[in-house]
Amino acid sequence: MKMVNLTINNVKVSVEENTTILKAAKKFNMNIPTLCYYEDLDIKSDCRVCVVEVEGKKGLVSSCSTPVVEGMVVNTNSPRVLNARKTIVELILSNHDTNCTTCVKNLRCELQTLARTLGIDENRFPSVFEKCEIDEGNPSIQRNPNLCIKCGRCVDVCNNVQGTSVLAILGRGHNVKVSAVFDEKLSDNFCTFCGQCASVCPVGAITEKDDTDIVWRALTDPKKHVIVQVAPAVRVSLGEEVGQKVGTIVTGKMVAAMKILGFDQVFDTDFAADLTIIEEGNELIQRVTNGGVLPMMTSCCPGWINYAETRYPDILDHISSCKSPQQMFGALAKSYYPKKTGIDPKDIFVVSVMPCTAKKYEAKREEMRVDENSPDVDAVLTTRELGKMIKQMGIDFENLDEKPFDSPFGITTGAAAIFGTTGGVMEAAIRTVYEVVNKKPLEGLDFKELRGLKGIKEAEINLGGKMVKVAVAHTLSMAKILCDQVRNGTSPYAFIEIMTCLGGCIGGGGQPYGTSNTVRQERINSTYSLDASMSLRKSHENPEVIALYKDYLKEPLGKLSHHLLHTHYHDRSSKV
Amino acid sequence: MNEMKLISKRFGKINPLSIDEYIKFDGYKNLKKALSMEKIEIIDEVQKSYLRGRGGAGFPTSIKMMGLAKESNKEKFIICNADEGEPGNFKDRYLMENDPHQIIEGMIIVAFATGGTKGIIYVRGEYQKSISLLKWSIDEARKFGYLGKNILGSKFSFDIEVRSGAGSYVCGEEFALIESLEGKPGRTRVKPPFPTQSGINNKPTLINNVETFSTIPTIIEIGGANFSKIGTPSSTGTKLISLSGNVKHKGVFEIPFGVSIRDVIYELGGGIENDRKIKLVQLGGACGPIIPEYMLDMIIDFDRFEEFESKTGAGAIIVIDERFDIFTILLKVVRFFQHESCGKCTPCREGHIQLGNLIEKFIERKAMMQDIVSLESLARVIHQASLCGLGQTSPTAIISSLRYFRDDYIDRIEHPKRG
Ligand SMILES: Cc1cc2nc3c(=O)[nH]c(=O)nc-3n(C[C@H](O)[C@H](O)[C@H](O)COP(=O)(O)O)c2cc1C
Ligand code: SF4
Ligand code: SF4
Ligand code: SF4
Ligand code: SF4
Ligand code: FES
Repeated sequence: MKMVNLTINNVKVSVEENTTILKAAKKFNMNIPTLCYYEDLDIKSDCRVCVVEVEGKKGLVSSCSTPVVEGMVVNTNSPRVLNARKTIVELILSNHDTNCTTCVKNLRCELQTLARTLGIDENRFPSVFEKCEIDEGNPSIQRNPNLCIKCGRCVDVCNNVQGTSVLAILGRGHNVKVSAVFDEKLSDNFCTFCGQCASVCPVGAITEKDDTDIVWRALTDPKKHVIVQVAPAVRVSLGEEVGQKVGTIVTGKMVAAMKILGFDQVFDTDFAADLTIIEEGNELIQRVTNGGVLPMMTSCCPGWINYAETRYPDILDHISSCKSPQQMFGALAKSYYPKKTGIDPKDIFVVSVMPCTAKKYEAKREEMRVDENSPDVDAVLTTRELGKMIKQMGIDFENLDEKPFDSPFGITTGAAAIFGTTGGVMEAAIRTVYEVVNKKPLEGLDFKELRGLKGIKEAEINLGGKMVKVAVAHTLSMAKILCDQVRNGTSPYAFIEIMTCLGGCIGGGGQPYGTSNTVRQERINSTYSLDASMSLRKSHENPEVIALYKDYLKEPLGKLSHHLLHTHYHDRSSKV
Repeated sequence: MNEMKLISKRFGKINPLSIDEYIKFDGYKNLKKALSMEKIEIIDEVQKSYLRGRGGAGFPTSIKMMGLAKESNKEKFIICNADEGEPGNFKDRYLMENDPHQIIEGMIIVAFATGGTKGIIYVRGEYQKSISLLKWSIDEARKFGYLGKNILGSKFSFDIEVRSGAGSYVCGEEFALIESLEGKPGRTRVKPPFPTQSGINNKPTLINNVETFSTIPTIIEIGGANFSKIGTPSSTGTKLISLSGNVKHKGVFEIPFGVSIRDVIYELGGGIENDRKIKLVQLGGACGPIIPEYMLDMIIDFDRFEEFESKTGAGAIIVIDERFDIFTILLKVVRFFQHESCGKCTPCREGHIQLGNLIEKFIERKAMMQDIVSLESLARVIHQASLCGLGQTSPTAIISSLRYFRDDYIDRIEHPKRG
């Protein structure tokens, strides 16, 4: 690799060619402020906050987009640069609903931080801000255009990472706005509610719909028995919300914190993940042996289900009829659990903590009700919302004593733990399906070819003497490739796992801000280390799951299973 | 002083609809000559001519040609920028309406020299007459074997298509133009990569102005070295000037670089209507500097114009006489850019509305000294920090007015509106 020598703020440095000024400066511990730049995404270069002075150039250059050149002399903080940066931020604020104390992003807003760093205490420019309507028309995502700084990150994610093209930059000049296409509501535009837009928005313009109030209300209602389930991907990310290092595993402290918040029982969605593997594994075996529709596709990601129902209605019969772990848990919480505990299901309030915004939508689906008058899962919180509640409660997270999950949904396996990462559901399914079909123990539980951030991954497994191919895709633009094959009848696979978010749920739309591929990889590493550390690593070995079948469900794919744990999908491809 | 007609030599002398008349008047002769040359020789001639782009930025044309030639892609685009949306500019329209084949010939020569496979002329939507004339002429050229497969029996094939602009000024900016050709909203892209590396459909693309292409046949005819002797050392050859405003004879004039602005206005333009006094002259177009009468002896030259922190622009001279108020003019300029901004980058998107509001304070005589400081600072930030040429040049009028017409500003502050 060719090295390039340059000077940044009087420091002589040497970096690989094609490095941008921004990255070169960072490498040598000089951070240049940015707004539109986001690691791993396209360079947009539109906010102009990162401008720097390059000797010999009359104008300022944006450091996020300008590659270094041999002999370049860069000044990242000259008076001219500082004045430009300050002016730019003042201009943004002159067209912004600047009410920081009441803003959802208060204290974690990139614009606010920048304004503070630059020392903007007064804006020279009078406000020209005009209020627009807020899009609150769905259970997952809230879009408040009054806070948008038109950085384009969300549009980039929605178009280029997800390929969903729901968001667009509309209009021009001062009237530019970022909105769903045709300036409609997200819900009218086949939004999958994946929340990837919200996870990259630097300000409060796209956020999850906040449900913490509903949960606080339930927690303080003496009549309610409030139980909570926590998704696999939350325990490797929640730490970031409470000031811990990226990738810290915080399972025990997280349970302890939720006890303090007032949840009556703290359960593990991993339990439902093990259950999912039993049902889904058996469904796969049945499809293979009875000549059912193949390839079968996973169903645990609601973002993917939204995508399939709106864009691939013709392949819905490929999708497993299994509910997602969240909803399997919800159904049991409103049927089996009351039976076992004698608590009136009407008094049970089920909360889930998910890495995901699409789960909020899923919980509101008509199909997800044991009792048609109330949803199985009453409220869904994202990892960020749980973090917020922990802070509101003033919990000293770091010093908590670890607590275990409660029974009867507390024992779990390594197979369930890896549900949170791309390839995890597939690996967990293989561990079970292999042993059920081949009637012998699987040697080597780690399927390395299914792990990591590659967009599409493949493996081959021996099922009853026949080699079958399986595939894993994450992000909807990768899913599209596999869906098109299924649609055209050219898919070479028997089983396909699809996760909407890059990296799977560890990269979900409700995860702590600042998720980049490096962060994703850390969370993935922790997930696999959890798996490796567990004594049980196969779903069908989970004793609580075995007990549940014995006590209640009787058999996989049985009558009760069908009633509680399976669902169906709808063609939603035509707009109303 | 007289005009020097190199590229406007056929204006009014031939029927632009007739390819025969073009051919009789030396037309396509230079294409034949170019086809007999080595490709690198052609680029060499352009380099020796020191030709700089006529679309505003004055970038050396041979560097772009070299850039395109060295790309190994099978498909390469040659785009003629005929968007001409800058107020005060109409010389490209004159070229298209009076001598369309000269443009086509220039494009074919450039394509041959650089390996271009497909040509597009992107014409401002309002220029309907130019569009039909170009289409007609391209058909004619094809019939005569100058365009299409195996041009004039050679191994070289090339064709041109006319596309109509999306009707916004910023679409003249090269990347916005490319986006617009791809059917997207006209917004610029991040550079690098540059168009010659990755342009339309990510294929190498060369973009030049109408006048730049029109100059190519002349360079082939007289040779680069001879061409470079015309004009000044930093600005060679001739330039078409669009002269407008309160002059007696408005129109397009071809002059060698180095002529003074005063000569253009008084000798070619016949002076000011009713022999009034000049209040100001705006050079280049809406994005150019505003200068007072006492500076009219400056010469037309790329390097001289850089002193205004601006580019030569496309060669417009807009004359405003003493009856007009400078702030009304500045406000018009600012509101034009506010309207034409694509809205992608912050300084330009949010800055123009604030510039306009500041100017309005001077119009209403409500400004204070602090407003001069704010205006100057904001104008400079837009100029220095914007993403594309629009924002980088739009504040030129304000910046230059603060230098040459500061007394007007002070006057407004010292004589505030009463009540
Ligand atoms: C806002 C804006 C508008 C422009 N409009 C035009 C135009 O109408 N015609 C043109 O030739 N160049 C225009 N340009 C310049 C082009 O970006 C480009 O530099 C030019 O077409 C290159 O041709 P040249 O090298 O022959 O000058 C514009 C630039 C900007 C920033
Ligand atoms: S939630 Fe997902 S699909 Fe919907 S707008 Fe955001 S990124 Fe696009
Ligand atoms: S909604 Fe957020 S991410 Fe999208 S453009 Fe606006 S500020 Fe940027
Ligand atoms: S991958 Fe996970 S976080 Fe993302 S939409 Fe699917 S279930 Fe939600
Ligand atoms: S300067 Fe910025 S906002 Fe203005 S036209 Fe160029 S890219 Fe668009
Ligand atoms: S971070 Fe570089 S322009 Fe926005």
